[in-house]
Amino acid sequence: MTEDSRSTKRTSRSSFVERTLVDINHTLEQSLFAEAIARQTGLLQGLDPRLKVIALLMLLLSVSLSHNLWIIVALYFLALGFAFFSKVPLGFFVKRVWLFIPFFTGIVALPALFIVPGAALVHLPFGMVITATGLQTALFLLLRVGTSVSFGILLILTTPWNSVLKALGVLRIPAVMILILGMTYRYIHLLLNITNDMFLSRKSRLLRRMAGPEERRLVAATAGNLLSKSLQVSSEVYLAMQSRGFRNYPRTIDTFKMRPVDWTAGIIVFLIALAAIWLGR
Amino acid sequence: MVKIKDALKSLTQGTPRNLMIYYGIFAIWLVTTAMHIPDGYLSPATSIIMFVIVLPFWVMGVRKLREKVTAKNVPLIALIAAFSFIIMMFNVPIPGGTTAHAVGGALAAIILGPEIATMAISIALVIQAFFFGDGGILALGANCFNMAVVLPYVSFAIYQAISKNQPVNSKRRIVGAALGGWTGLTIAAFFAGFEFGIQPLLFHTASGTPLYAPYPLSISIPAMLFAHALIASPVEALVTALVVAYLQRANQSALEIINKPEISPELSGFARWRILWIGLAVLIVLVPIGLLAPGTAWGEWGTEQLSSLGLAFIPQGMAKLSGLWSAPLSGYDLPALKNSNLGYVLSGIVGTIVIGIVAWLFTMLVTTHKPEPK
Repeated sequence: MTEDSRSTKRTSRSSFVERTLVDINHTLEQSLFAEAIARQTGLLQGLDPRLKVIALLMLLLSVSLSHNLWIIVALYFLALGFAFFSKVPLGFFVKRVWLFIPFFTGIVALPALFIVPGAALVHLPFGMVITATGLQTALFLLLRVGTSVSFGILLILTTPWNSVLKALGVLRIPAVMILILGMTYRYIHLLLNITNDMFLSRKSRLLRRMAGPEERRLVAATAGNLLSKSLQVSSEVYLAMQSRGFRNYPRTIDTFKMRPVDWTAGIIVFLIALAAIWLGR
Repeated sequence: MVKIKDALKSLTQGTPRNLMIYYGIFAIWLVTTAMHIPDGYLSPATSIIMFVIVLPFWVMGVRKLREKVTAKNVPLIALIAAFSFIIMMFNVPIPGGTTAHAVGGALAAIILGPEIATMAISIALVIQAFFFGDGGILALGANCFNMAVVLPYVSFAIYQAISKNQPVNSKRRIVGAALGGWTGLTIAAFFAGFEFGIQPLLFHTASGTPLYAPYPLSISIPAMLFAHALIASPVEALVTALVVAYLQRANQSALEIINKPEISPELSGFARWRILWIGLAVLIVLVPIGLLAPGTAWGEWGTEQLSSLGLAFIPQGMAKLSGLWSAPLSGYDLPALKNSNLGYVLSGIVGTIVIGIVAWLFTMLVTTHKPEPK
């Protein structure tokens, strides 16, 4: 998101076509980058994806349950450690989370500084007062969001998306849903490319700025056209599935195997999460 | 008019004068993040309850996929989910030179029907949460409830009510799409505001520091409602209506998928029991009338009311048992809300939803399942 917000700023005077193009390319770039890191060898890359999904949920829960700011800070450093030993570029990892959080959660947390009642901490001009409880609340919100997002992106940065999807099976998600999830992820990329082409071709033929209503009609036509294309592709995909012997119910080959190292890692993370929850009561 | 002013005053009591600034800031934030709640805004308890609330809708969607929907719809739903994902990335130019994003939930419901739309949008949200860090993972239940359940069901009901039995190229369909999109997203925003707003009431440290989203209902609901009603919902309405109009010109069959037997709305619980649903909705709307009636319903007195009715003796067993269970919404009021009328209406909504879920889970238990196709 960080690069995104910067590049969006750069093009903020440009048309919505360009902005959409920037967003689309950024999304494509992001998932390609994640795949590249996931293919390296490192600490988290070597672990069983199912374990990582369960561990992620436990850590998210401990971040969420903690009533102590320092515990959340400690968990964030744990995420940093994981990133370091998994060859995730630390600069990227920190920036990706902390450059965009102030823009979104920071804006939400800001008024809390002043309106949560409590003992005065700092007096500002115009009679504004930052309260101690307000500051604490804002920090809770920022740290929780930042740490949760960090753990979340660690999973996808260290695991190929195919394995993440398969691993979601441990959460008792029906196989049909996992099949659809996988196809969706695949077709997001196809549709992104199609949309990219549509907007790019339009942009290359644009000579002037369009009027508002014209722009909106163009967006709707592009969206509608994309929908029609999606429907068409879906029936083609169905024929392709049928011709390859799809019989209404997916079958997957479960290739995951929990090794001793996975069990050890699982127990360690479980203990860390438990300790964090207990200490952060 | 004066009454409304007073009501608004009581809503914003205790909050500082520069409240408008906060609303403005909130509005900016809403437009930039749409409605994807990140992890950290909601307590784990709320997150789990939201998963429980969404679960029956997912079960309904999966059952529909397995039983009524042919294999042809597996790629269809995948593509529509991918489409929902991408439509959220479209920058829609709005007057004033800026752009906003639409959710696309109303459109998915119009094309696929609400049950399947719930699945498609949920899938898009799962992928956003896991793969792009957009919206929380623990908060998925809440996000799916707001954007994948409330939005499509409300939009679809309104679209159907306005354009039922109209030809494919009827203007009423465009109107229905716009109204459905606007209302659906606005009501979804109300629920999001409610989810934020109950956090400081229920979850704070001993010293009163809110642990999660810090704003009470008196700020969060108006902020979410105003920002959405004025900016995000019109965008949703616009996109839905313009795309339906485009499909009327370019691809009418897309608007008729829903009438094909494999995902016919006629088979759905909503359509079959439509009259009952409408009746229920009317009753919910009429709930505030209960505020006008004085006193307590006959025979439903609490122990305090019994003594105030002049009953000197309170049966010992009753006195003992009455302390056993203290209802979370006692007296249909949220005391922390400091506004018993609003609390009453909210209690009604919460109660209706809970009862609906219990009833639904019960029917899930008693109805027979078809064996899974092997």
